[in-house]
Amino acid sequence: MRKIWMMGVVLLAFWVARGTAEETKVHPPYKGKGVGPVDTLVLADTINPEMAKKGAEIFKLKCSACHALDKRVVGPPLDGVTQRVRPEWIMNMILNPQEMLQKDSLAQALLGQYYVPMTPQNLTREEARAVLEFFRQNDAEKTPKNAD
Amino acid sequence: MKRWPWLWLSMLAVLAVGLVGAAKVKKLARNAAKKVYVAPGEYDEFYAFLSGGFNGQIGVYGLPSGRLLKIVPVFAVNPENGWGYSEETKPMLMTSQGFIPWDDTHHPELSQTDGVPDGRWLFINANNTPRIARIDLGTFHTAEIIEIPNSGGNHPSPFTTQNTEYVVAGTRFSVPIPQRDMPIANYKGNFKGTFTFVKVDSKTGEMSIAFQILVPGFDYDLAHCGKGPSHGWCFFSMYNSEESHTFLERNASQKDKDYIAAVNWKRAEECLKEGKGEKMKTVYYHNYWDEERMMAVSEKKTSVTILKPGKCEGLVYYIPTPKSPHGVDVDPSGEYIVPGGKLSSTISVFSFSKMLNAIKNKQFAGDAYGIPVLKYEAVLHKEVPNLCLGPLHNEFDTRGNVYTSCFISSEIVKWRYKEGTIVDRIPVYYSIGHLMIPGGDSRKPWDKYVVALNKITKDRFLPTGPELAQSAQLIDITGKKMEMLLDFPTMGEPHYAQGIKADLVLKRQVKIYRLENNHHPFAVKSPAETKVTRKGRRVDVQMIAIRTHFTPDNIEGIRVGDTVYFHVTNLEQDWDIPHGFAVYGAKNTNILIMPGQTLTLKWVPKSPGVYPFYCTDFCSALHQEMQGYVRVSPRNARVKLSWAGAGL
Repeated sequence: MRKIWMMGVVLLAFWVARGTAEETKVHPPYKGKGVGPVDTLVLADTINPEMAKKGAEIFKLKCSACHALDKRVVGPPLDGVTQRVRPEWIMNMILNPQEMLQKDSLAQALLGQYYVPMTPQNLTREEARAVLEFFRQNDAEKTPKNAD
Repeated sequence: MKRWPWLWLSMLAVLAVGLVGAAKVKKLARNAAKKVYVAPGEYDEFYAFLSGGFNGQIGVYGLPSGRLLKIVPVFAVNPENGWGYSEETKPMLMTSQGFIPWDDTHHPELSQTDGVPDGRWLFINANNTPRIARIDLGTFHTAEIIEIPNSGGNHPSPFTTQNTEYVVAGTRFSVPIPQRDMPIANYKGNFKGTFTFVKVDSKTGEMSIAFQILVPGFDYDLAHCGKGPSHGWCFFSMYNSEESHTFLERNASQKDKDYIAAVNWKRAEECLKEGKGEKMKTVYYHNYWDEERMMAVSEKKTSVTILKPGKCEGLVYYIPTPKSPHGVDVDPSGEYIVPGGKLSSTISVFSFSKMLNAIKNKQFAGDAYGIPVLKYEAVLHKEVPNLCLGPLHNEFDTRGNVYTSCFISSEIVKWRYKEGTIVDRIPVYYSIGHLMIPGGDSRKPWDKYVVALNKITKDRFLPTGPELAQSAQLIDITGKKMEMLLDFPTMGEPHYAQGIKADLVLKRQVKIYRLENNHHPFAVKSPAETKVTRKGRRVDVQMIAIRTHFTPDNIEGIRVGDTVYFHVTNLEQDWDIPHGFAVYGAKNTNILIMPGQTLTLKWVPKSPGVYPFYCTDFCSALHQEMQGYVRVSPRNARVKLSWAGAGL
């Protein structure tokens, strides 16, 4: 049973990792919020463009050495990430990667696939939130509105 | 068997006694093992800082385990981490004599607050080309090195005052001051010594030479400063009051007594205020690590302030001391001054309050070049005969005991310095030099262990040919009898050492350099910022390293005759994830870059070709893939400068 479940997680990891926009609509997202400082996040329906702009700058400075939106660099491409995992999980993965890699099954499965651990970059919670907003904006722009 | 029952019985008895004896030894060993055992994943209770002697560095060990934790590079280039090889660190080793890649370190000294080690900085002297270094104990990185001018053999250094107002330096080898060409035979009266007081900024730790006291040309050997009532004074031991310049082994051992110089540095401050100091032209270097720009800066200084005892009454006194004394140590209360007799088996314990009285009542026994020599009996607290052979150094506990290292008789003697009675002796292997109790030269020793720093190793460890590691031994001093616990090898030749309760240093630990505070002029913090620029024949490569790639990792357009500077910024912000960088044929081979740091490797390619570079510190599962190429074209080629890599 545990093995089947693990296989599921690994498959999910592959899918999260592949993450092209057209595929994200059919699969249910990973339910876990991850482990870390972000427990519950209430998001507005609309995107805050100013926050997203700040997030884009932070992404360029702190994330782009390993991540791109549309292709694998070191870590997974991040197009569609907000549809594949919960916003809390994204922020916890940014803010608390070491513990996530110890405790969260999806984070572990991703490490198993990419081999290089997600590295902490000392973002503040506010900065991580801005990066999330940048992902949300990116996904909103790239995903057709009538996806489901 | 029937015929010789007594023989069998006696053999059985011998066997039984032997077994019991062996069991006893085993039990003792088990007890000692328990005391030094630090379980996997647990920390030692103390940090111990042992000078590396002729390796020029400092060894950091954990106590009680004796485990080597780090070699901190100070006065010698260190291939392990590129100290003195990277462009950023080279200026730290600049002196008036040029770049010096290897010196001789002697006495580590922890900074103190209120006479107690505070875990902020560690100072150490370079003996050969006189300097003092300051190590920041947040980073275990040498933060500053100041050269001492007008000196030869900076041995009695860098002992601290009670609140690290000053660390001191002195001349083991007197020299012409200022240096000039003259016959060696004219030594007597013409060669001089200096005591240098280096001011330490109480907030930043920054060192500057406050003043130098010009003294007669004796050999000033060791020092310690006062505390409590004796705060404001420093004491320098000396030999060669004979002022010999040749065959000192015999010629400097003739007189019954040499001296301890007692220096009143508060009086020196007064004299300086009264304008009694004289400016003197000289040259020395002050090198410091610029935290923000992450590189060393080297400044040339051109003058010092000299104080002459003749112009500042009450500045220096000599205490007659038998016989070529070595160490001079002040007890935790600050009242008793205990020299190491070296050539005298009788130790003279001096009293600070008696010394003040003798000065007040002018109980002098003449003078040496105008410096008053105090009457021996007037300053003496107690003579302790037959202590041991070759007593060198002393460390104290909180219970009124002093522990003396005895070189010739190879032992540590525990004795009561107020009463003058011997309590215990323990043999050490072999020929002990210094010894160290954590905080044992401070007002509050953590008096659990004494470490014997032995000069001769011989058969203590598995042999490694003619050249052996040095031998240290850990001894429990909590009981009535001293108990030998552990042998451990140490690197270089530890002269003095310092120890401190680990939590005082632990709480200051820096784990990474924060990228936002990295203002290195060639730092780049994202792949988009990386670039390669040419200015004539100089090419600067600004690259990033992160698990597990360099950006850029393909560089073209370099030509033979170029000097290439690789400025590598490690983008990691995770503890203990350094990256290395090495490129084929580089003369300095390799740099090791801490998380958030930028370091520079200089490379002058010799011939056209395509040369690999790679990461030299195993950093992730894809470490082997952390590599790249530089294309070098002929000098007249027209290949355009270009670069590529992940994230570009």
